[in-house]
Amino acid sequence: MNMEMLAEFGPRLLDGFWVTIGITSLSVLIGLMLAVPVALMRLSDLKILKWPSYIFIFYFRGTPILVQLFLVYYGSGQFRLELSELGLWQYFRGAYFCAVFTLTLNTCAYTAEIFRGAIKSVSIGVIEAGRACGMSGILLYRRVILPQALRIAWPAYGNEIIFLMQASSLVSIITLLDLTGVARRIISETFAVYEVYIFVALLYLAITYILAFIFKRIENYLQRHNKALS
Amino acid sequence: MFELGGYTPIIIAAMKNTLLVGLAAMILAIVFGLLGAWAKVASQAWVRGLANTYTTVVRGVPELILLLLFYYGFPQLVQDFAESMGYEVLIDIDPFLAGTITIGFIYGAFCTEVFRGAFASIPTGQAEAANALGMSNFLMFRRILLPQAMYFALPGLGNVWMVLIKATALISIIQLDEIMRMAKIAANATREPFTAYFLASLLFLGITAVSMVGQHFLEKRVAKAGQH
Repeated sequence: MNMEMLAEFGPRLLDGFWVTIGITSLSVLIGLMLAVPVALMRLSDLKILKWPSYIFIFYFRGTPILVQLFLVYYGSGQFRLELSELGLWQYFRGAYFCAVFTLTLNTCAYTAEIFRGAIKSVSIGVIEAGRACGMSGILLYRRVILPQALRIAWPAYGNEIIFLMQASSLVSIITLLDLTGVARRIISETFAVYEVYIFVALLYLAITYILAFIFKRIENYLQRHNKALS
Repeated sequence: MFELGGYTPIIIAAMKNTLLVGLAAMILAIVFGLLGAWAKVASQAWVRGLANTYTTVVRGVPELILLLLFYYGFPQLVQDFAESMGYEVLIDIDPFLAGTITIGFIYGAFCTEVFRGAFASIPTGQAEAANALGMSNFLMFRRILLPQAMYFALPGLGNVWMVLIKATALISIIQLDEIMRMAKIAANATREPFTAYFLASLLFLGITAVSMVGQHFLEKRVAKAGQH
C-alpha cells in the first residue's frame, strides 16, 4: 500500500470505514435496548417468558453469524409473498437492513446472556436495602439493580462490542461495501491482494484497540468507587 | 420437514468436513497455544515480543480478513517474490489446508491466553519439587506441568472449541464442501434458501449442544480426578 494507492483508494476506504462503524453502532444500540428485556425474561419464573428467551439466546449463540446472515438475507426471499403482504419485503430485500437486523439479534442474544449473569450477581444485600427504602418493581430495577449490573457486565460487554465490530466484516459477503467489502472491491480492480488486505487488517487492529482503550476508560469510571478505597 | 429436493442428506453429510476441519484446526490451535504460552514467558525478549504481537494482531483483526489474506494474499506474495527472483511459480492452496491453518492460527492466539493462565495457576512449588527430584525440563513439563495445566485449561479450551466450530462456516467462501457451502448449493438449486440455511443452522446448533454436554461431562470427570 503505497502513497499513490492510498490517495486513490483512501476516500473509498473511508466510506467503508463509516459503513462498518454505522452497522456496528446501530446493531449495538438496538441490540442493547432489546437485550435488557430479554435478560429479564430469561430470569423470570414464568415459563411462558423464560422459554422463548432461552431458545432465542441458545439459537443465536449456537449458530455461526454467517448462517444467520444468509438465513435473513437470502432466506427472506423464500417468504417474499408473505413479507410483501405484510409490507416488510421492501426492508428485507435490502442488504443493509438485513445486516443490521441480523447483527442486532445476534448481539442481543450475547448481551442478554452477559446481563443475565450480571443481574444474578448483584448482591442480595443491596436489593434488600433498596426494598427497605420502599422501592419495588421497576424503580428498584432502574435505580439499584440495573446500574449495579451494568458495572459488573461492562468488561464482558465491551468485548462483545469489539467482537461484533469484527464480525461486521461478514456483511461484505452479502454485497455490502463495508471496510472489508471495499477492500475486496479494490482488490478485484488492482490485484494488489496482500497490500490491501494487510492495510485493512491494520485499520481493524487500530479500531479494535481504540475501542478497547475507550472501554477501559469507561470501566475505570464505573469502578471509581473502588479506586478511592484502595 | 426438510425435503429440499434430496439435498438434505448431502448437507448432513457435509457435517463430516465441518467436524474434520474443526478438529484439525483445534489440534493446531492447541499446538500454537502451547508454543505461544511458552513464548510469552521465555527469557529472550524477542520471543516474548513475537508472542505478544501474535496474540495482539490475531485478536484484533476479523477472521474473514485473515482467511482472505492467507488464502489469496499468501500465494500472491510468494508468486510476486519468485517473479522478482526470475522464477515462475503457481501456488494453489488446498481449501482444507488453508482453512485448517488459518482457523488453527487464529484460535491458537486464544489458546495462548488460555494456557498462559493455566500455567500461571500451577503453584511454583510443583516445578521446584520436580527439579529437586532431578527431572529434566522436558520431563518436568510432560509429567508435572502439562497434566495440571490441562486441568486448569479445560474450561477455556472448551469455550475456544465452541467459537472455533462456528468459525468454520467461513471456509465455505474458499469453496470447501462443508455445511455452509452445501447449504448454499442446495439453496440455489431448490430455491428454498430459508429451509436450506435453517437446516445448516440446526446442524451447527446440534454440534454446539453436543459440545456443551461433552464439555460438562469432561469437566466433571477431570474435577473428580483432581480430588485425591
